[in-house]
Amino acid sequence: MPVVLWTDALIFVVVGAVIAYVLYVRQREHLAVPWRRVARSAAGMCAAVILAFYIGVALLDSLHFRPSIESKDPKAAAAYSVEVRSVLDTLLADLRTRNEKTYSAPFATRSFQRETIELPDGKVAREYPRLRYGGAHLKDEAARGWDIGVRVLRGVGIAVVAWAILATVLLAWAARRTGRGTGEFAQAVWRGEVEVPWRAILVAAALLLVVLVPAFSLTPWYHVLGTDKVGQDVFYLALKGIRTALVIGALTTLVLLPLGVLLGITAGYFKGWVDDVIQYVYTTLNSIPGVLLIAASVLLMQVYVETHPEIFPTQAQRADLRLLFLCIILGLTEWTGLARLLRGESLKLRELEYVQAARAFGVPSWRIITRHILPNVMHIVLITSVMGFSGLVLAEAVLSYVGVGVDPSMNSFGLMINAARLEMAREPMVWWSLAAAFAFMFVLVLAANLFADSVRDAFDPRTHVGLRLGRLLRKPA
Amino acid sequence: MIGYVVRRLLYAIPILIGVNLLTFALFFVVNTPDDMARLALGAKRVTPEAIERWKQEQGYDRPLVWNADAEGTKKATDTVFWQKSVRLFAFDFGLSQDKRDIGREIFTRMWPSLAVALPMFVIGLAVNVTFALLMAFFRATYLDFWGVVLCVAMMSISTLFYIIGGQYLVSKLWNLVPISGYAGGIDAFKFVLLPVAIGVISGIGSGARLYRTLFLDEINKDYVRTARAKGLSETVVLFRHVLKNAMIPILTGVVVVIPALFLGSLLLESFFGIPGLGSYTIEAIDAQDFAIVRVMVFVGSALYIVGLLLTDISYTVVDPRIRLE
Repeated sequence: MPVVLWTDALIFVVVGAVIAYVLYVRQREHLAVPWRRVARSAAGMCAAVILAFYIGVALLDSLHFRPSIESKDPKAAAAYSVEVRSVLDTLLADLRTRNEKTYSAPFATRSFQRETIELPDGKVAREYPRLRYGGAHLKDEAARGWDIGVRVLRGVGIAVVAWAILATVLLAWAARRTGRGTGEFAQAVWRGEVEVPWRAILVAAALLLVVLVPAFSLTPWYHVLGTDKVGQDVFYLALKGIRTALVIGALTTLVLLPLGVLLGITAGYFKGWVDDVIQYVYTTLNSIPGVLLIAASVLLMQVYVETHPEIFPTQAQRADLRLLFLCIILGLTEWTGLARLLRGESLKLRELEYVQAARAFGVPSWRIITRHILPNVMHIVLITSVMGFSGLVLAEAVLSYVGVGVDPSMNSFGLMINAARLEMAREPMVWWSLAAAFAFMFVLVLAANLFADSVRDAFDPRTHVGLRLGRLLRKPA
Repeated sequence: MIGYVVRRLLYAIPILIGVNLLTFALFFVVNTPDDMARLALGAKRVTPEAIERWKQEQGYDRPLVWNADAEGTKKATDTVFWQKSVRLFAFDFGLSQDKRDIGREIFTRMWPSLAVALPMFVIGLAVNVTFALLMAFFRATYLDFWGVVLCVAMMSISTLFYIIGGQYLVSKLWNLVPISGYAGGIDAFKFVLLPVAIGVISGIGSGARLYRTLFLDEINKDYVRTARAKGLSETVVLFRHVLKNAMIPILTGVVVVIPALFLGSLLLESFFGIPGLGSYTIEAIDAQDFAIVRVMVFVGSALYIVGLLLTDISYTVVDPRIRLE
């Protein structure tokens, strides 16, 4: 039985909006030009490849359902489990169900903690027990290194084949678009003589495949990134954390855009008391320390949830509403920056001749705003929203650490870090879940930052002037 | 100038009232004091008597905004709104849930916060400006390119990583400074060293990159070309002309946070066990002590408004053309 959580629905609204935007842009040359500039930036396109993987995982994890429970009586109405699962959970069923008892290091065959074991001869010994799943197929543990090596090599082999197929298909497609032969085009790509940085894209894809394919192919035999306190596979937890991070980034942007755009433009366009009121509102909101406002709101929501349990039938729905609420709160506190930028820009634009002319002709204000002001500030809206995305992903980790982030029953990077932090004092240290969370988050945020940079360079009219002048005014030798 | 300052301070009053109304609405209207009592008491001990007693102890047993039973001015003053929100304006912060005077707590905890936040702010600003100037000096070279790459990489790392990694490396592996804790006087130095260093390092990425763009914006202007045409050396151009003119956009972002330094840093203080206002706030959030959170919101916004005023005044210091009227 499919379950549509609130955030799922909104995530697909965002996806729909992006698709609609792409279709709209494709038909309008002047809007497509800056995007072509993005497509020509090597760093931006590499980042896009990595982001595509993250978004893919997040989307798979956003299709939720409640699995049916097999009943012995075939005539009985289908019963559904109370547990909400996603398509990703089903695909990674191995990872999800193969839980150990407690911590184990990456690729370990034995548990991280000693246990009292009764030996066959009746004696009792304290030793590290073998894991239930990690390396369980090995008869001789000494062969572990050899076994891992062979499997990694096999994985890399598969990755190379997959990459070759992918590269051929992509290059053939790109070659047809330019009207050249595939072989000739591939040589041009190799020499870096084509407009779109295909070489960089293919290198990024190769790296991604070479890391991911062996990692996934090892999961049935080992815990690639170890297990956490209750024995869950850290690799699985990290993959699940991706959705939370992206949901926070995407939905917060969805909340703050309409607020920032509407209030910013109206303040700048109408001036006078409208401007005063809007400025008052955003100064007030800005003056409250962000973390405290979020903390206060989340605390209040906790009280509300605890006093109204009847509204939330399942744990997943409650966690999901808390996530949505967090996005709304973040959006309500973050729109002020965008509004201030748009206010300043609208103040400038409203004095331009064509806007004055439109007003002289008696064009109603809302039409002037939608026809003349809005299209001319869209680049600011786009730049601010892509630049803000990575900050939101990082903010989630901090908020979860403070205890006002996502629901503790969810998977998120912040909660992983928070849980792992408590084990810092152990000797030897439990480093793997910390490292996994930081690595996944770092790659995501770095990719988002690089992509945002290339979008800004492509859309910001100022940077072009700057770049050109920069080349002219190179430091005197 | 004085007239302007007075006018701006008067303008702060409606903002503080707005903040107060907002926090009042958040804390008392959305959830009633009964809800708070249930949360504070825990699910098991909830009886109507216990809730009444808790409300009486905390002073939430009055009507919210209008006391119809009282006489005279007490109709307005003997209410939760007056007692808990309006009195904040007189800097009368009341008691926390465990009966401690919040005002005194803030006063004693302010100093450890400052001991971390102030050096972090000064050193951080100096380091960021230095790196940015270096990148601007070597602009359009490989040094600049890799500098920017390093900045982007550094700003993509979570602050939590810097803190946890720094603590592990410096305190646990190398045993150079204590992992956490605090002591007054000269002993504070060894406790403050690592948090300050981590705070500075985690800020380099975004700070240096931002200032580099600001410097490059200035470098392309006409007066810089004139300065070069006069035959000034690149160092003089950068330090005497570009740095001075880039101060205005830098000040916009920097001065506003100076008053808020009193509040300290939430993360650093709680990780390093520094008994400042940041850890006070985190503990309050953990213990769900609404009284403290409310006071911190009020103090934070008051300091922000002071920061905005200081920003305006600082403009006149660095740019004599700007007059405040």
